Amino acid sequence: MQKQRLVVVGNGMAGGRTLEELLKYAPDLYDITVFGAEPLPNYNRILLSPVLSGEQTLPEIILNDLIWYERHGIRLHLDSKVVKLDRTARRVVSEDGTAAHYDRLLLATGSRPVILPLPGKELEGVITYRDAQDTRSMIEAAARFSDAVVIGGGLLGLEAANGLRARGMRVTVVHLMPWLMERQLDRAAALLLKESLEARGIGFVLEAKTQAVLGDAAGRVCAVELADGRRLPAQLVVMAVGIRPNTELAESARLHCDRGIVVNDTMQTFDPRIYAVGECVSHRGVAYGLVAPLFEMAKVAANHLAQYGIGRYCGSVPSARLKVTGIDLFSAGDFQGGRGAEEIVLSDPAAGVYKKLVIRDDKLIGSVMYGDAADGAWYFKLLREGTNVAPLRPQLMYGDRNLGNGGYQGRERAAAMTDAMEVCGCNGVAKGTIVKAIKEQGLFTLEEVRKRTKASSSCGSCTGLVEQLLAITAGGDYSPAPRAKPLCPCTEHTHEEVRRTIREQHLLSVDAAMKMMAWRTVNGCARCRPALNYYVLSTWPREAQDDPQSRFINERAHANIQKNGTYSVVPRMWGGSTSAAELRRIADVVDKYRIPTVKITGGQRIDLLGVRKEDLPAVWRDLDMPSGHAYAKALRTVKTCVGSEWCRFGVQDSTRMGIELEQALWRMYAPHKVKLAVSGCPRNCAEAGIKDVGVIAVDSGWEIHVAGNGGTKTEVAQFFAKVETREEVLEYAGAFLQLYREEGYYLERTVHFVARVGLDYCKARVVSDRAQRKALYERLQFAISGEPDPWKERVAGVARHEFESLRVTSESEVTRQ
Amino acid sequence: MSEWSRICAISDIPALGARVVEVAGTTIAVFRTADNRVFALRDRCPHKGGPLSQGIVHGEQVTCPLHGWVIGLRDGAAEAPDEGCTGRYPVRIVDGDVWLEVTPRPAARTAKGREEPQARSVVSGG
Repeated sequence: MQKQRLVVVGNGMAGGRTLEELLKYAPDLYDITVFGAEPLPNYNRILLSPVLSGEQTLPEIILNDLIWYERHGIRLHLDSKVVKLDRTARRVVSEDGTAAHYDRLLLATGSRPVILPLPGKELEGVITYRDAQDTRSMIEAAARFSDAVVIGGGLLGLEAANGLRARGMRVTVVHLMPWLMERQLDRAAALLLKESLEARGIGFVLEAKTQAVLGDAAGRVCAVELADGRRLPAQLVVMAVGIRPNTELAESARLHCDRGIVVNDTMQTFDPRIYAVGECVSHRGVAYGLVAPLFEMAKVAANHLAQYGIGRYCGSVPSARLKVTGIDLFSAGDFQGGRGAEEIVLSDPAAGVYKKLVIRDDKLIGSVMYGDAADGAWYFKLLREGTNVAPLRPQLMYGDRNLGNGGYQGRERAAAMTDAMEVCGCNGVAKGTIVKAIKEQGLFTLEEVRKRTKASSSCGSCTGLVEQLLAITAGGDYSPAPRAKPLCPCTEHTHEEVRRTIREQHLLSVDAAMKMMAWRTVNGCARCRPALNYYVLSTWPREAQDDPQSRFINERAHANIQKNGTYSVVPRMWGGSTSAAELRRIADVVDKYRIPTVKITGGQRIDLLGVRKEDLPAVWRDLDMPSGHAYAKALRTVKTCVGSEWCRFGVQDSTRMGIELEQALWRMYAPHKVKLAVSGCPRNCAEAGIKDVGVIAVDSGWEIHVAGNGGTKTEVAQFFAKVETREEVLEYAGAFLQLYREEGYYLERTVHFVARVGLDYCKARVVSDRAQRKALYERLQFAISGEPDPWKERVAGVARHEFESLRVTSESEVTRQ
Repeated sequence: MSEWSRICAISDIPALGARVVEVAGTTIAVFRTADNRVFALRDRCPHKGGPLSQGIVHGEQVTCPLHGWVIGLRDGAAEAPDEGCTGRYPVRIVDGDVWLEVTPRPAARTAKGREEPQARSVVSGG
């Protein structure tokens, strides 16, 4: 059967990106033809500014070279501008007469710079700043002439001015408005910006209108005349006063346009065979001129072109970062605020630092940062995700690092690090390696950096740092992880969508879930399979089908794999209590199976390390103790102090409370491990302040704290409720954990879960709503009652194959070749 | 000359799972894919020697349980950007039985992959 024909008009960043995404989804679906008006293959337009200033070269910013097109069997017509679109015949024709028929058409015609209708605009030396050719003209002019005027003090104009200055020209920027970058900056930040650009030798004329461009006898520009009669000498005039979507082709074919080519949320135009992406489109009335939105559009368009039919583009929050080396500036969202908005401002003009955050309804809606924009990526994330910032508010202005979130061990922020410093402690990736990969391989997303360098691909604690590096290196218009991150590269769906679908469609197995949600890979991967398995089991307890092969080895072998392939065994000791008989059995097991290491864990239990896998069932049999689940995403320990039974300060029997909690909750699987503690008085010897659920005895009852964490990032648990009886402790703790089980994302600890949904939400579901609390606790008990003790089961012979090696049989045959 | 040994029935290996077999001191992991094909690799991840047999199998790959390297079942090679490879062993299914070739075979070829030493395994047939 003949392949469908896809024609792409426009070979810029949006078109190129859509193709890359499409080839990932459906490499063989289309016979592809690409028309590009420029003579170069797909290059990174954002990096033209560093090329202009001499920090990079054109070949360095090519994204896909000609070989790439060839390898993917793409017909590429360069320097070939499409001038005719015939929708009836489904055909496009270019300037040089090249024609192509299409079944699907993708318009990615981009935008063009606005040219002011000034007298003299056609003189030699009057140019715009848009593409590689403009950049070349500017570099050439800088070598021959001494004076330049840039009309327009926006992002592009300032980058042009800086580049020309770096190449030795005297540059004056003429700007119509009272301050620079008025669409991204408020007056205070713009003033600081102006000062530091002036210090570099760039001149400014603000609130000035250009009246004419004057030429010399040879027809080259020699000066710019302002409305007040002033004349500025210039042998080069760069117009950077804005861009306009390229819609001529679409309009000539009577495709509906309104400022841009109008598209719906699937990037489809009014002609269903025609899609459009990039700066040429108008989506929900907005035309975007920055790269991050284009990438989001590209992803959606590719998905629909690949006939997956999922994914919608719902608009983007614009953000901007000036790509001028040495000037740190970031702006995002609605920085003017207006009615109902509050502003937090930090201003230190002497140090050249200015930060403004705009908040409405406890959400960040805009930010401007000058002089110290390292936290830009973090603010932008809060903004895009609509995070409730009320709890962060006292520290908000001081940024991510002051929350201990700044990345690996909350260390220095990315900009201040040297190239040799390690960013990813798990995989040993240094800053220099990441920056190099971003630059040389043209990476834009966190996922790409993970794939190419492995940074941030293990524990994820350096994700913030890597995002900062992306923001700094890729020029700020890097594509921040989309608002809703897919569960893993095997799917488009987010954790939330997957959970909802499993619930709504009553999906009872990993396979069923993958089928229903059109997984891209046959069997998923090591990231999504355990998540899916947990989701089906926690949503449909005692009904869904467990898939052992979708569990990490620890949960399959019911022991912890160690670096040498042996396992560790941690029997359960209720509330950290044990007995002479148990200790004797443990000692005997250690001797009998020659277990090399015995260690007391932090959770008040005993760890037997170095057990051979084939010995596990026998070890469990001889121990005759319940599984401690020290290997599982499940309830681990309930740490206790001795409490009122022995301690002279104890006000409640914390040991008994701990034992009761552990007996009620053991065998409880969860999105991640769960640790509890019960302290017998506020001295808190059981360290309840850093547990998922920490219970602290007070004279009149019990205080329950939730969402603490002692691991990667220490977090103090937050006060949740004060109750009187032990039964209430069980019910409140159980209900909170059930909420986490039902709504948490796989591998999300309670601290992150609560940060995401809000403590108030958890309280509303558990503390203030008695009926919901009881229902949650009942559902938890129902789920747990279906869970066996896995060790006992395996002692009885379940999953025997897991622990037995195969043997080479005596049957063999020899073949001569 | 090559020598083959029957090691188990295909049903002895869980789909998307693996079993191990020891041949002359070398542990070999025998994997079964969802569509009932089998592959055999030396049970040592080229990264830090993790037991690949304990990993999660997906498509024609296995993810090492220790640090998440993804190893191709067909070629024993690590997925980029990781580099390295582990030895492969020919394996086939005959009438529902899994047969493993136990004579040595050179490791898969990758750009910069270190070759894993091969087991000099000989099983005396009886």
